[in-house]
Amino acid sequence: MNRRRVVVTAVSAITPIGNDAETSWTNLCAGMSGAGPMTRFDCTGYETTFACEVKGFAPTDHMPPKAAKRMETFTQYAVACAKMLVAGSGFDPAAEPERTGVVLGCGLGGLETIEKQHQRLVEAGPGRVSPFFIPVVIANMAPGQVSIFTGARGPQYATTSACASGTHGVGYAYTDIVMGRADAMMCGGVESCMTPTAVAGFNAAKALSTRNGDPARASRPFDKDRDGFVMGEGCGMLLLEGLDHAKARGARILAEVIGFGASSDAYHMTAPPEDGSGMALCMRAALREAGLPPEAIDHINAHGTSTYLNDLCETRAVKTVFGDHAYKLCLTANKSMIGHLLGGAGGVESVFSVLTLDRQTIPGTINLENPGEECDLDYTAGGTVQKPVQYVMCNSFGFGGTNASILFKRFED
Amino acid sequence: MSVEEKVKAIIVDQLGVAAEEVKPESSFVEDLGADSLDLTELIMAMEEEFGVEIDDEEAQKLIKVKDATDYISSKS
Repeated sequence: MNRRRVVVTAVSAITPIGNDAETSWTNLCAGMSGAGPMTRFDCTGYETTFACEVKGFAPTDHMPPKAAKRMETFTQYAVACAKMLVAGSGFDPAAEPERTGVVLGCGLGGLETIEKQHQRLVEAGPGRVSPFFIPVVIANMAPGQVSIFTGARGPQYATTSACASGTHGVGYAYTDIVMGRADAMMCGGVESCMTPTAVAGFNAAKALSTRNGDPARASRPFDKDRDGFVMGEGCGMLLLEGLDHAKARGARILAEVIGFGASSDAYHMTAPPEDGSGMALCMRAALREAGLPPEAIDHINAHGTSTYLNDLCETRAVKTVFGDHAYKLCLTANKSMIGHLLGGAGGVESVFSVLTLDRQTIPGTINLENPGEECDLDYTAGGTVQKPVQYVMCNSFGFGGTNASILFKRFED
Repeated sequence: MSVEEKVKAIIVDQLGVAAEEVKPESSFVEDLGADSLDLTELIMAMEEEFGVEIDDEEAQKLIKVKDATDYISSKS
C-alpha cells in the first residue's frame, strides 16, 4: 500500500469531565460521571431535567470578550480547543497556512441563537433580527472561527452526520492529508445545544433517559436498565499530520490513522435495522481500507449510547463483523461518563481512542451492572485496564442511518 | 443616565471596548474597530434602548460617537 501515512501529533478536549484532554482522560479512567442537573435553562416541566454539562468554562480565558460575544457556545469550545491543540503540538498553523486545514463535525450548530432570534422575530418583527444571526448559527462557523484564530488557510469545512459528525470529521481530514491537499489538519467534533427545543425534541422522540433522580447512573450503555442517552456537550480535536511532515519537525507521535469506513443504513430516520447491518458495513470498510482482518482488532471504542436499540444493534453488528473474535476483543463506552456529545462525540471519542493507544490503557465503562439481552461481550465493565493495545476502532452511528468508523494504530516507525 | 452615558454603555457592550476608549470624537470604524455587522447591531441596540427608528440613510451619517449621541438627542 503506497498510501501516505497519517499520524496524530496532538489532542485536545473540553468535556463534561474536564476542560482539557489530560483532565478528561484522568477522570474517564477514574470512572467519573459528568452528569448532573440541567442548569442552562429552567427545565421545570420537562421530561428530562439533567445532562452532562461542561463546567466552569470561561470563554474569555481563551479569546477577547468581543470575539466571544460573536460566537455561540459550540464555537467557543472549538476555538478554545484549537488553541490548546496548537499550544500542545509545537506546530503553528500560521507558519504553513496553505498546507493546514480544519474539519470539524457538528450536528446541529447554533440552536441557542436560533431560538433566541426567533423569539425576537416573533416579538419585535423582522427588523430586529440580529445581523449576526446567520453567521453565528451555521455549523461550519466552528471550523471557520478556528481558521480565523489559528491562521490555517487549507481546506476548511464542517461535516454533519448527526451523532457520527465528529468521526466523519476525522475521517475526511485524514483523507485530505492522504490526497495531499494538506499536510496538517486540525479535526474532530463539537456540539453544544443544551436548549429547550433540543431537550423537548429529543424527549418527544423518546431518545433521552428520564432517570432524573439519579443522573450519574442514567447513562448505562449495554446495561439491561438503560432508558435512553444523556445529552452532553463539548469538543474533541486531533492534529493529524502526514508522517513525513511530522517526522520532519520532530513531532511526538501519539498514534497512526490507518483506515476510515463510512456507510448508510438506507432504512429509517432514527432506528437502525435490527441486524445492525449498516454498522457492520462501515466497520468492514474501515478494516478493508487498513488492509486488516477482523481478528487483528483488540479494542473498539463503541458508540454505546445507552439507548435500547443502538446498544443491541451495535452488539449484533460487532458479532457479525468479528465472529468468534468479538468475544476476544474488548469494547468501551465513553458515553457512560461523558454522555452523548452528539456532533462532538466522534471527536472526543477519537481523542480517547488515541490516548488509549498512547497510554496502553483501556478506560472502563461505568454503570454496566446487568448486561442487556444479547449484550454478552466484554465492555470493560470491571473498570479501567492497563494492557497492551495495538488497534482501536472508533465507531459512531447517527440519525439518518449514517455510520462511520476510524481505525487507529499504535505507532511504529 | 444621560443619553451620552447610555450610548457609551451600548458601545462598550457591543464592541467589547473599554469605557475610556469611547470618546465623543471616536469613530466607530477607525477608532473602535466596528465592522459592517457590528454597525448594524449597534444601530439596532440604540433603536431599542431609545425607542427610535434610524433608517439606513441616517445610519450611514453616524460616523463618530458624537454623531449618534446628537442624533438620538434630537429625536427624543
